[in-house]
Amino acid sequence: MKTNIDEYVDNGTRNIYNIKSEAESAKKILGLSEEIVRNISKEKNEPDWVLDIRLKALDLYNKMEDPDWGPDISYLNIDELLTYVKPNTGENRSWEDVPDDIKEVFDKLGIPEDEKKSLAGVGAQFDSEMIYHNLTEKMKELGVIYTNFDVAIQEYPELVKEYFTKAVPLNDHKYIALHYALFSGGSFVYIPKGVKLDQPLQSYFRLNEKGAGQFEHTLIIVEDSASLEFIEGCSAPGYNELNLHAGCVELFVKNNAYLRFSTIENWSKNMLNLNTKKCYVEENGTIEWIMGSFGSKVSMLYPLSVLNGRNAKCEFTNISFAGKGQNLDTGFKVIHNAPNTKTVVNAKSISKDGGICLFRSYSWVKKNAKNSKLALSCESLMMDSESRSDTIPVNNIETSDCVFSHEASIGKISEKAIFYLMSRGMSEVEAKALIVRGFAEPIAKAFPVEYAVEMNRLINLELEGSIG
Amino acid sequence: MLKINNLYTIAEDDNDKKILNGLNLEINPGEIHVIMGPNGSGKSTLANTILNNPRYIVTQGNIEFEGKDITNMRTNEIAKLGIFMSFQTPEEIPGITLAHFLKSTKKSITGEKQSIVELSKEISDNMNKLDMNKSYLNRDFNVGFSGGEKKKNEILQMLTYNPKLVILDETDSGLDVDAIKTVVKGISLYKNDNNAVLIITHSTKMLEGLKIDKVHVLVNGKIVETGDISLANYIDQNGYKKYLGDNHEN
Repeated sequence: MKTNIDEYVDNGTRNIYNIKSEAESAKKILGLSEEIVRNISKEKNEPDWVLDIRLKALDLYNKMEDPDWGPDISYLNIDELLTYVKPNTGENRSWEDVPDDIKEVFDKLGIPEDEKKSLAGVGAQFDSEMIYHNLTEKMKELGVIYTNFDVAIQEYPELVKEYFTKAVPLNDHKYIALHYALFSGGSFVYIPKGVKLDQPLQSYFRLNEKGAGQFEHTLIIVEDSASLEFIEGCSAPGYNELNLHAGCVELFVKNNAYLRFSTIENWSKNMLNLNTKKCYVEENGTIEWIMGSFGSKVSMLYPLSVLNGRNAKCEFTNISFAGKGQNLDTGFKVIHNAPNTKTVVNAKSISKDGGICLFRSYSWVKKNAKNSKLALSCESLMMDSESRSDTIPVNNIETSDCVFSHEASIGKISEKAIFYLMSRGMSEVEAKALIVRGFAEPIAKAFPVEYAVEMNRLINLELEGSIG
Repeated sequence: MLKINNLYTIAEDDNDKKILNGLNLEINPGEIHVIMGPNGSGKSTLANTILNNPRYIVTQGNIEFEGKDITNMRTNEIAKLGIFMSFQTPEEIPGITLAHFLKSTKKSITGEKQSIVELSKEISDNMNKLDMNKSYLNRDFNVGFSGGEKKKNEILQMLTYNPKLVILDETDSGLDVDAIKTVVKGISLYKNDNNAVLIITHSTKMLEGLKIDKVHVLVNGKIVETGDISLANYIDQNGYKKYLGDNHEN
């Protein structure tokens, strides 16, 4: 029996995101066992050292318990999950070669169009495999590598070996162990020393198959004085069966390098999103996380930045939106491990119709992180009295030579403001949408333009869904 | 134009406290009416009830606008009929610029598609009339505005929407002499023979330079006396003692 979650799911208003492709997959694997893990590895023709990682991870997964914090996910039964779904196409260099029933989905999401307009490269994953990956000639000439992660294992084994699993270890938690046992697809990015990309790279992960899991692995290395903006998009159509996303992102920002990593996750409300992200930042390096968490039944996501070099900086900007039946347990973690390091956090959450938004933060300032600065700001907006919102900061500050500030505010949407806007001719829904849009505006500004537009559209969708 | 018949209201969030107690009022096109009254007499409740603020519940009587019963109409529908209220404490809307606010609300209220160029010019002209700095257009709505700027912003909206009936709920409170003059100038520019104004105030400062048709005194949720401008001047001098009996002070 499949885990049926009909009672929680209302995916009706997600329009374009809800398109289900009828594309037949070439191969589906149900459940998890050593044989299955070996088969996936064989399918990908992987070297033994990769298979060893998978088997070690499987062993860890079997031994580890569910996280002892956050929402209950004990109903996830891995034996009922499609752990590998191979689309009916290989990886293509041209959208013309992508089968129509798959291409249609990405067309509607606007990916090929954005690629022409404003992107230096695009990767697109459909279920378990990348079906498209392309990089402009100019970037290739500069030595930039942007490929499917599976391809990177074959073509750049030394580079991959040096960094793979080095940011996020196999034993980080149960679902990262699961990820390493089953990882498939994702992007590998290498920006050589001094190369500054003037246009972003974008990878889009689409989970189409009902009852399936997606386990893509993204590994990005930005060498000394190089600069990159990477955009990650995720979405899935809604089903009444549980889907699982357990991706992993490993980022390495070297001396004087800059990486802006933007994500909009818009999962259907039958999705468990247990994603793990971590970034190492060296001297004078900067990591900027921009995250929008929409959709999913449960999300557990707390990107970690390790500021390892003097003057390393982390900026973390996040917005979460939880509606009916959703539990978004998100947050961020930072470790200050060098002097003059700096963290700025600006997190906002919106919850409505009983949705839960919890923001956890963990700040560890080590003894050697003299003259470091942390400024955290968390704001929550609740649309009604059934919804829940909270912030849980944990601080471990080992040096007195540190400036730390934390502001948190939790508020209910103002009835007075709604009345005021209605007296200016707006309907109740329009009034609420305007207030929420204003609340989210400082975050929307940080997103790439197309994504800021998409975010506003998502907010309107979420708000109209409840009343209209 | 506006006809209020024997209106009774209670405040839902204040133990169903009775506020308006059989209030009657009729305002015709072209007129300016003034309502004065001591604190807690129901002045703001009247303004909010006309716009059907859900905090106040009408238990008896009704409100008609241009022959239509609007007592139970939704606030935004009432606004679209052409009733505008200038708030005593205007709201702040973080993240939404004044320009964005004016453009989207103008469209909501009038339902018309007006060209951005035309509307921008209209807004800019109105700001000039009210001595408002144009840089405010790009600032978040009322965020960090002084009390006077917020009230001017209400008048700017009034001029921009050009409604049929305007209710000014203590627009003069907390304003300095110059700001009050600007507000009065705004009302004069707006006023014509076809529209009407209801001024709720504590003092006569805002009435100078306006042709006032009627002054009503509101006490304990009821209009106890109606007169001309001389009544306002009387109250300015003597307060409400006459209406309150011996155990009240004002």
